Amino acid sequence: MATPEPLIASTQWDRTAFQWLSTRRLLTLAGIGMILAGMVFGDIFAVFVLHQNAARVGASLAAAAHAAEAGDTAAVAAHFKSTGEFLENRGTKVDTHVHLTTFGYLALLLALAQPWVKFSEAIRRRLAWLLVFGGVLLPVGVFLIHYVGLAYSPLRDIGWASIFADLGGLLVLVATLSYLAGIGQYFRVKQPSPPDQFLRERSTASRWLLAGGLGLVLAGFLHGAYYAGVDLYRHEAEDYTILAQMSSGAAARNPAQINQALAAYGQLQGDKAVKIAAHAHIIEFGLLAMLLAFFQPYVQLRDVWKRRWAGVLLSGSLLLPVCVLMEMKYGLLAGGVADFGGLLVILSLLAMWIGILRYTGSVDAMAKEAQP
Amino acid sequence: MNARQLLLCGGIALAILGMSYGLWYAVFAEHQALDGIGHSLASAFQAAAERNPATGDQALVQYRQAKYAYDRQVDVHGHWIGLAMLLMVLAIGLDHVGFSEKWKLLLAWILLLGSVLFPLGVLLETWSHGPIPKAVAILGSAILTAALAGMIIGFLRRQDA
Repeated sequence: MATPEPLIASTQWDRTAFQWLSTRRLLTLAGIGMILAGMVFGDIFAVFVLHQNAARVGASLAAAAHAAEAGDTAAVAAHFKSTGEFLENRGTKVDTHVHLTTFGYLALLLALAQPWVKFSEAIRRRLAWLLVFGGVLLPVGVFLIHYVGLAYSPLRDIGWASIFADLGGLLVLVATLSYLAGIGQYFRVKQPSPPDQFLRERSTASRWLLAGGLGLVLAGFLHGAYYAGVDLYRHEAEDYTILAQMSSGAAARNPAQINQALAAYGQLQGDKAVKIAAHAHIIEFGLLAMLLAFFQPYVQLRDVWKRRWAGVLLSGSLLLPVCVLMEMKYGLLAGGVADFGGLLVILSLLAMWIGILRYTGSVDAMAKEAQP
Repeated sequence: MNARQLLLCGGIALAILGMSYGLWYAVFAEHQALDGIGHSLASAFQAAAERNPATGDQALVQYRQAKYAYDRQVDVHGHWIGLAMLLMVLAIGLDHVGFSEKWKLLLAWILLLGSVLFPLGVLLETWSHGPIPKAVAILGSAILTAALAGMIIGFLRRQDA
């Protein structure tokens, strides 16, 4: 049965519109909010937890090696137990940061893909809430794993925090699968793409963000390829060799060998961490810049300010990974500049988020008026 | 199927694959893997304390194997989802690429193929240390980088036009 033309037009307009608490606006604001929360959390973690935690891991590993040298098996086990706890503390916080920002990116992507989801606005909005709820539940659950542990858990290895984190992941998966089904339906019907202001944007800020973002992603790819080719297998071999030296030094009661191995192990872990962090951050920031390019028509700020914030975002996106890479050579100075780069990204993202929050519907009104 | 459909549907499908893999891994494998890494490392040093180098060496080899597999399994999860998001962004920005639909479709297929192959090769490395998984991962990442460079040229052409 043929659908009357005005109905198609209004449905398409609904899917591309950006009115208050529409699916698109909800996913956009929640997505940027999640990215912001993830970045602020990451910055706090980097400044107040990361280095202190790494020092504790190093100290407990050193204590375990020296306990092995003294022949104290019980103390070795105790020190490794604390090393495991410090590593779990670090790992869950990194996972919280990564998952919160990644789900934010996914929400932004799905906001852009809404014109191709052939469901009613009500269903799409429910799916959006499901995605946002799951996207927040998972990182919160992961964050609590270290503190809740196995308390009152019905399972032997997995605590309540992990169970809720996995449930959050499942909800995100269900919402994403449903959106995919909606997109599949849209393409099966072979409708032409609805006119969408998001995709037509050609402003200076938008072009800077798109080109700069792509450049950052490509730089991240090339750096990743270099890391995989030059450093990855060397790092893995050194990890094993240094631990073997530490262990044999302990067995031979040779404290000098242990201390040498401990120093080398600290250097290796630092080198590995900065290279992986630089690779991950430059690609993530590149993707973020590209995504934000499409949202520029709905950022209610003056053009000059849009350009300024785009420039600030790209500068911070480059500064952070480059200075993270330099941390091994220049220490805390480079670390401080890297944190400043992260702050620039957060500030520009916050400015764009406020701009989108201020949007009153002018672009939608013009689009609706232009309809036949 | 046009280039946009391929990148959008392929990207979301890849994100679902990455999430499903991550969910399965978190529920059924990650805790055991981390326990294995911690246990083998502690055993190596306990063996050193007992002056038993043979047991210590064996435990360190177990640590090395467990860590090798764990790092790759986590990388696969992260890379599949990250690449999926890149495919979706490129799908949305495809109007800005100044190539014909035929070229866009070709680039889209290469991007999708590379995004599947590169993490798949990394995952295969956990089952086999032979040259084939490495070759798959290298091939996947190489064609992915080349296709992304092609997309950048397409974006630049559009802006020049």
